Amino acid sequence: MSLLAHDFVLLALVAALFTGLAAPAVGTYLVQRRLALMGDGIGHIAVTGVALGLLTGAAPTLTAVVVATIGAVVIEVVREKGRTSGDVALAMLFYGGIAGGVLITGLAGQSANILNRYLFGSILTISPSDVWVTAALATVVVVVTVGLSPQLFAVAQDQEFARVAGLNVRFYNVLVAVMAAVTVTVAMRTVGLLLVSALMVVPVATAQQLTRGFRTTLLAAMGLGTVASLSGVATSAYVDVAPGATIVLIALAGFVLAWPVGVLLRRRQRLTEPFAMTPGLARDAEHTVVPEEHEHVHGDDCGHLAVPHGDHVDYVHDGHRHAPHGSHYDEH
Amino acid sequence: MRLTDAPVVAEIHDGTVALGGRPVLRGIDLTVHKGEVVTLLGANGSGKSTLVRSLLGLVPVVRGEISLFGTPLPRFSDWRRVGFVPQRVSATSGVPASVWEVVASGRLSRRPFLRPLRKADKSAIRDAIAAVGLTDRSGDGCSTLSGGQQQRALIARALAGQPDLFVLDEPTAGVDLQSQQAFADALAALVAQGVTIILVAHELGPMAPLIDRTVVMRDGRIAYDGPPLASAEEADWVDHGHHHRDLQSPMHTDYAPTVASPIDNPSAREQRP
Repeated sequence: MSLLAHDFVLLALVAALFTGLAAPAVGTYLVQRRLALMGDGIGHIAVTGVALGLLTGAAPTLTAVVVATIGAVVIEVVREKGRTSGDVALAMLFYGGIAGGVLITGLAGQSANILNRYLFGSILTISPSDVWVTAALATVVVVVTVGLSPQLFAVAQDQEFARVAGLNVRFYNVLVAVMAAVTVTVAMRTVGLLLVSALMVVPVATAQQLTRGFRTTLLAAMGLGTVASLSGVATSAYVDVAPGATIVLIALAGFVLAWPVGVLLRRRQRLTEPFAMTPGLARDAEHTVVPEEHEHVHGDDCGHLAVPHGDHVDYVHDGHRHAPHGSHYDEH
Repeated sequence: MRLTDAPVVAEIHDGTVALGGRPVLRGIDLTVHKGEVVTLLGANGSGKSTLVRSLLGLVPVVRGEISLFGTPLPRFSDWRRVGFVPQRVSATSGVPASVWEVVASGRLSRRPFLRPLRKADKSAIRDAIAAVGLTDRSGDGCSTLSGGQQQRALIARALAGQPDLFVLDEPTAGVDLQSQQAFADALAALVAQGVTIILVAHELGPMAPLIDRTVVMRDGRIAYDGPPLASAEEADWVDHGHHHRDLQSPMHTDYAPTVASPIDNPSAREQRP
């Protein structure tokens, strides 16, 4: 544990904690709107922001927040006006962002190497003031995304319904876009601009393998994101590996573990889904006695799939649905 | 039953709506009074969905005035009085959401900002879920429900807000018979409470007995407005006792004036009784 005594590791862990909480919180809303790659796009645009900081001598984090926010709002406008995903316009915006970043870095007289620190993260070189900025911005993101979750959920779920409920849909859409931009810049030092989208999306994808509700997905994703970023930083403190990449790979490993469980859960749920009861059709009307002999009595633990069917239970085997009826079974 | 003395709940006067520059609704006059159950029938593309969407401000009108509960739409802010069931295929999105959560979002217009659900909110949500018969599924994800059950969840969402005006856009399209019945029962309970209902429908099914006024849309205009009909086609051979508004006023030749169909031919028009 001696490494934890080092200040830079502690700072890194604090930064990782806040990033891990904030990124999946915004990511949940992006995934809900099927905009999972929006974080990636904002990350590309933020490269130009970082380069502007290098050129003007301003703090790259500050310029990145400004440029990423403008970019996020533009993406939101393109999305709203385009009615479709407007993916070609978005792609041009993304690549313009990264090309502009490389160009301006060159103009600033810096080598492209300095961009690596922002593209892939450099959490172990983070300064105390950086940690404060990260913590403050991440807190804002978490408060907004959790506190306004009923509104943001309703808007992302069904825009037209939200409008008729009197919500200012455009305001909430832009709010999510701005929160995503802030998160990208917050996570820039932790996992890097190219990997930030992973921390926004992968914990959500993992959580929803096991969850059924939105709120549990949101909170579980935040928990998973925190675990992944803390353990990623801790791992890279002991083994000499890149922290950003480690965080993302740990998050992905979580998904790989959760996915088969989710597949099983969904399969089980589908099989035990109650059979539809046709109203007005009496049970006797479809009374067909099963001819075959049964070696055992169907029951709670006979091993056959039991599916509710109206007021009784059907037992499924060999492609048949057998319902107990007095001394025999009926084919349902 | 025409409750013409009752207060006006929704009104559109001389409404014209253009989508992408093409007029899809022309010269619409419709007044719905409190407690009426109005159904809008018509073929696909006749503009019935657009009409209710423009009433709710989801589609802007290029001409005409709309008012809800006596307030012009641009100034209307009492959205808690309106419940809307949009036309859609599914209630799912990229992230799982439970039936309870979807229905709870219908309560937003009545909840104070940034405050957790109060007791009254919770019981309204519970009642709304019970009204559509989904109580035993309320904790389940919406994506695990059948299409009919998802549609019922969307209806419960609008019910949870306890609206005075209920607007439904093809709520039973592609819905199984059991769900249609559950849904008609929920509507009947609303009608008993005196809630005003505007219902866009293709087929009425179990809802037919609830209706007390039918409006048939054809080609962006109101072709029939009167006692209940079973289907839009019926409007063609019912000898209805209302007058066509544009017989008196100068004819609107607002698009493609040189290509007039026989019906729009002024000389043919004069020969009619």
